[in-house]
Amino acid sequence: MTLPEFFGCTLVAFGPPFSLFVFTIANDPVRIIILIAAAFFWLLSLLLSSLLWFAVVPLRDVLAFGVVFSVLFQECFRYIIYRILRSTEQGLHAVAEDTRVTENKHILAYVSGLGFGIISGMFALVNVLADMAGPGTMGLKGGTEIFFITSAAQALAIILLHTFWSIIFFNAFDTNNYGHIAYVVGSHLFVSLLTLLNADALYWATLLPNYIVMILTGVLAFKVAGGSARSAKRFIMCQ
Amino acid sequence: MDAHVSASTSSASVSGAAAAAAAHEDGNMSGASERLERPPRRQKQQRNNYGSSGEGDSPDGAVLTVPSVVIRDSTAGPSRLSGGGAGGSRDGAAGPSQQEIEEEQGLKYGAQHVIKLFVPVSLCMLVVVATINSISFYNSTDVYLLYTPFHELSPEPSVKFWNALANSLILMSVVVLMTILLIVLYKKRCYRVIHGWLILSSFMLLFIFTYLYLEELLRAYNIPMDYPTAVFIMWNFGVAGMMAIHWQGPLRLQQGYLIFVAALMALVFIKYLPEWTAWAVLAAISIWDLVAVLSPRGPLRILVETAQERNEQIFPALIYSSTVIYTFMGTHTPEQPLPTSSSSPSSSNSTETTRTTQNSLPSPDTAPGTSSGSRSGNSRHGQRQQEQNQAAAEGMPLVTFKNNLHGNAEAAGFTQEWSENLSDRVARRQIEVQSTQSTNARRSNEYRTVPAPNQPQMEAQEERGIKLGLGDFIFYSVLVGKASSYGDWTTTIACFVAILIGLCLTLLLLAIWRKALPALPISITFGLIFCFATSAVVKPFMENLSAKQVFI
Repeated sequence: MTLPEFFGCTLVAFGPPFSLFVFTIANDPVRIIILIAAAFFWLLSLLLSSLLWFAVVPLRDVLAFGVVFSVLFQECFRYIIYRILRSTEQGLHAVAEDTRVTENKHILAYVSGLGFGIISGMFALVNVLADMAGPGTMGLKGGTEIFFITSAAQALAIILLHTFWSIIFFNAFDTNNYGHIAYVVGSHLFVSLLTLLNADALYWATLLPNYIVMILTGVLAFKVAGGSARSAKRFIMCQ
Repeated sequence: MDAHVSASTSSASVSGAAAAAAAHEDGNMSGASERLERPPRRQKQQRNNYGSSGEGDSPDGAVLTVPSVVIRDSTAGPSRLSGGGAGGSRDGAAGPSQQEIEEEQGLKYGAQHVIKLFVPVSLCMLVVVATINSISFYNSTDVYLLYTPFHELSPEPSVKFWNALANSLILMSVVVLMTILLIVLYKKRCYRVIHGWLILSSFMLLFIFTYLYLEELLRAYNIPMDYPTAVFIMWNFGVAGMMAIHWQGPLRLQQGYLIFVAALMALVFIKYLPEWTAWAVLAAISIWDLVAVLSPRGPLRILVETAQERNEQIFPALIYSSTVIYTFMGTHTPEQPLPTSSSSPSSSNSTETTRTTQNSLPSPDTAPGTSSGSRSGNSRHGQRQQEQNQAAAEGMPLVTFKNNLHGNAEAAGFTQEWSENLSDRVARRQIEVQSTQSTNARRSNEYRTVPAPNQPQMEAQEERGIKLGLGDFIFYSVLVGKASSYGDWTTTIACFVAILIGLCLTLLLLAIWRKALPALPISITFGLIFCFATSAVVKPFMENLSAKQVFI
């Protein structure tokens, strides 16, 4: 049971991002580099928030504190990478073989968001996955059986959310739409703080709202990127 | 087992040295191009290479667009592009000036090349990490190399520290000695000795260490295998590898073998170096890399200088090469009958490429004056010029772009070839000089797209490939493998991302500064920082989070 569970959970969490990577990013060197750079920035933000968490000894057990600051750091670094990408845009335009990267501003946002998401999901899940591969298994002696699958589903939600957030966030700064910025930060805080309930095994109380938020954010990102109900319909109908 | 161990330790000495030499190989490759940019002892026209961003000397557009203008006055060729503008183009201030266009092109192909390096580096790390995690044999150090007499057995951190320091000093001095030995041999043209050395070390890696690897692999997965089968597999694997590395074979096969050899070497380091020593060695070797590349008398730089003066390639067993084909050549000059149609689809065929170069040899008559004139004084210069041009064009001398007509044919044993077509080579060098001067005078990458005045030029650009020393592969993999041996995957991933970003930054800095930089320091520094930071600070945080399934 361990190995199938391992593969199942891996594919649940990383299947969609992997296919996104393969179909939209892997062909373009510039996008791969931006993806990795975004991952690196996320790592930096994580490092800073861990340092903070580590330094403030009395609050180490209060995870909410670490979570809030981690979210804020992540959003700061999202802004930093936004600034960097925008300031190197012309250079990128010259460099990129596929000029769509810069002509359509949302591509940069999408790529960096996916980089954020993938590395975030990996950090959240990879050690769980390693444990999942065996020899032990979950739920034999107490504990819930669905620990792994909910973790994977939550990681997928986070990965996709990061992608959507980046799209909304970049566009919000382009158009000075502060409502969207507030929405991104707020929903990120909401989603992360909500997962604190996981400690009490209230999985449905966290997964369901998070997926609702994810869908809402996805719709918003779709609209921000210029989509409409009609274009969505045409996309689905393959017209 | 004893036999194994002794054999492995003794052979590790050789291959370790080879690997270490390889570590600097790339540094030197880059050192080569940096040497080109070193101020002007020999060529007065190189005066303005450092940082002076733009002389307004650019030959005008007319020259640029006239296809077959060959400017022969080599000294009139002003400076090539130099550093300043790339930053501008990156910062978005890119004007349409020729210089910046060049740099953009350099960066553009730089991006492709970065990926061409990401893939093999990642593969090598993947092999090492997978092995470390599945075969516990490589996790524990019970036998030690000859060079690490201090075994860090004391529980005291201070004792461990000086043990590690002493071990790494010893190891580094061995590396330095071996490097110097290699240079001396190369200077004295003892090619047979060097090749014997390299062949011996790759033989040991491909047979003995691979056998050890196979044995441990089978043991880890509890698979029984009889000796005849094992011998059969080993023989085929090893002989194919020797042929692919030292003689000829499909490019992919050769690359695969080189990656595997690098991974094996990294595993050897991980296995036989005591823990703290491994970290100390990583730090020391990146510092050494820095010194060897940036100091004017960096030992291996001399090697590469000599190689360029002789118009030879560095030894194939030390360098990973990926031949990159510029397909846009064909699209931009469709009317040009490419002399090397064979090399465009897959230039990995060494025989073909050499043949075509020989076919095109008669063409130096397009500029006989130049070739003869440049022969004595300028051939070196031209060579260097060309190197630099290329390095500048691609912006990544670290990954040296060999315009060498051999392409990777040289990877298939340049000894025979070298001795056989020495005369050809001389002629070819003259052609190269001539073409270099013309391109230099045109000052641009345009020389790629402009129909070439003579065939070798076209060919030379088609044969371009990236080369990265195997030493980088080895030490990157040592870092990642060592990080993963602690059993924490987040540390491994952090190291991986940090190393890739370091590689990117190195290449970017090269594109900006046009000054060769060694490949190890930035990546290893990032990797070490992230490794220790992650395992000390981030890991407890993430463990706390993931135990409670909190997602950030």
